[in-house]
Amino acid sequence: MRKFETVTSVGAPLPQINIDTDKIIPARFLRTIERSGLGRHLFNDMRFDAEGNEKPDFVLNQAAWRGANILVVGDNFGCGSSREHAPWALADYGVQAILGTDFADIFYNNSFKNGLLPIKLPAEERDKLMEDAQRGENARITVDLENQVITRPDGEQIAFEVDPFRKHCLLNGLDDIGMTMERAASIDSFESRDRIARPWLYAE
Amino acid sequence: MSEPRTLFDKIWANHLVDTQEDGTCLIYIDRHLVHEVTSPQAFAGLRAAGRGVRRPDATIAVADHNIPTRPGARTGVIENEESRIQVETLERNVVEFGVPYYPIEDVRQGIVHIIGPEQGMTQPGTTVVCGDSHTSTHGAFGALAFGIGTSEVEHVLATQTLIQRPARNMQVDIEGALPPGCTAKDLILAIIGRIGTAGGTGHVIEYTGQAIRDLSMEGRMTVCNMSIEAGARAGLIAPDDTTFGYLKGRPHAPKGAAWDAAVAVWKRLPSDPGAVYDKVVRIPADEIAPYVTWGTSPQDALPVTANVPDPAEIDDEDRRQAVQRSIDYMGLRAGQPLQEIAIDTVFIGSCTNGRIEDIRAAAAVAQGRRVAGSVRALVVPGSGLVKEQAEEEGLDRILTEAGFEWRDPGCSMCLAMNDDRLAPGERSASTSNRNFEGRQGQGGRTHLVSPAMAAAAAVAGRLTDLRDLD
Ligand code: SF4
Repeated sequence: MRKFETVTSVGAPLPQINIDTDKIIPARFLRTIERSGLGRHLFNDMRFDAEGNEKPDFVLNQAAWRGANILVVGDNFGCGSSREHAPWALADYGVQAILGTDFADIFYNNSFKNGLLPIKLPAEERDKLMEDAQRGENARITVDLENQVITRPDGEQIAFEVDPFRKHCLLNGLDDIGMTMERAASIDSFESRDRIARPWLYAE
Repeated sequence: MSEPRTLFDKIWANHLVDTQEDGTCLIYIDRHLVHEVTSPQAFAGLRAAGRGVRRPDATIAVADHNIPTRPGARTGVIENEESRIQVETLERNVVEFGVPYYPIEDVRQGIVHIIGPEQGMTQPGTTVVCGDSHTSTHGAFGALAFGIGTSEVEHVLATQTLIQRPARNMQVDIEGALPPGCTAKDLILAIIGRIGTAGGTGHVIEYTGQAIRDLSMEGRMTVCNMSIEAGARAGLIAPDDTTFGYLKGRPHAPKGAAWDAAVAVWKRLPSDPGAVYDKVVRIPADEIAPYVTWGTSPQDALPVTANVPDPAEIDDEDRRQAVQRSIDYMGLRAGQPLQEIAIDTVFIGSCTNGRIEDIRAAAAVAQGRRVAGSVRALVVPGSGLVKEQAEEEGLDRILTEAGFEWRDPGCSMCLAMNDDRLAPGERSASTSNRNFEGRQGQGGRTHLVSPAMAAAAAVAGRLTDLRDLD
């Protein structure tokens, strides 16, 4: 997993509540071979019409927010199915942080596994950020995970909470695999003992 | 003296890399089998993180689920685009990551659970994983073998380990000899019918008893294959001379002095006398008969001489409703004799019953008989090597003369991911492992049977007791 670095970007405002995983990535795009590449279909039915043309009203189709790395979202973002394709699609599009009030559990967990930082804020803080986001191009927001602060375009700072263990994993780019790799010495010593005990299971 | 241990306990202990304070264990994985459907995102994950495959020599890849099995179809491009892309992606990934691969035109290609044993990759006392639930097949060798998800596939590729918690031990003991006409498939259907699809949940099932010891390796694989249908994490059978005889001389089996050393290690694996199981089920072998399933769960298994159950006779409300739903989906009548059920399609193949012994059993029934006019009957060998051997023995001729189609290897109509599938409402007698709604094609109806029973059904045009064939 990529290390989470401080991100500065416009925030794309998605004030609608209950944006579910079907909206984030419709089911018909799950027959894929890669985790990457799903960004093309992120918010597909909100973003494109039946012919595949961009809907000009959708926020990510507008010049100010196209390619935004931060989303500011309505309540209960990510509800619905457990598909890990949802965070895959967001991360692939380039989203790194999602600022909201609360998130569906599984989506929240899945996000951390994919280098994506969802931040839970009190409604009034989120609302301020939503206003910033709506101002577009000249309103850049910074998310600093190390110090657990969001900096608004006017310089005001908003502190946020995050589970220390998850923070550690994100900052160091550690997923399950990364964690296991920290135990590489144990795996190495298992293998060297095993090579002697059962040499026939190893190629020359 | 140390406590007597089960086969599972010994394999577990032998693979423990370390244990965390909260009881989660890191266990070492000896063999990893990879196929095209569940691996693409795992390889993509490795690529994104700049990681490699830790032990390509412990890994083997093959495409099986999407492969067309119509003769001649595999030499051209795969027509279905999504299928083709999954296969091509695997082919690119194995090159990029240096993983050994049997391409479609290689005689060693076949269903992942058939080729692991066939190549001698699966060995007693090893841990074997694959992104596929029927990895339990490999337990027939006394290997701890289980299916994993895509994230875990990536974890194993990168670290050759998995984060796991130990399972509980369950013993299923089949004492006595199987009656004539009964096979490993009938045995496992009877076991699942008895203990139910959740009977093994949280457990690894070790199968013991004379009826198990008497089975060939092919038969043992059939039994272990369907352990997952009993809810178990894995199935296990203690390695013995039958196991060693099967393995000796296979390409990945140890050779020379290493062979002797390996056998010495393998002989220490069987459960110690007095080892304690958390759960024990005993079934006398003489209770086994040729079995068929009538419903949409593998536990809906009955002797072929029985009748479709009558929901009115079931007290438990949930169960009654489930039975009624199955009967409706399957288009049956309560109380209808199973042998009156007419079928349109016969499928002989899959990782449950696509090995040489299965083809022989089907051919023995087909010899001198004809497939009923209304029936489409497919025989799909589990691998290129099974196909080759069957042809050397002339089994393909016997089968085609009787009116069966002789196909190329692959998963085929087991899950209908390629173009072999049932049409809505069509009914099959199938040697595969799942009779779920739509498993063999949307709206399709599946009756699970042994290869001999499938061939008998093809001839009779209905489910029939093979012991009654003239
Ligand atoms: S034959 Fe069927 S059960 Fe076996 S691996 Fe293929 S699809 Fe899965």
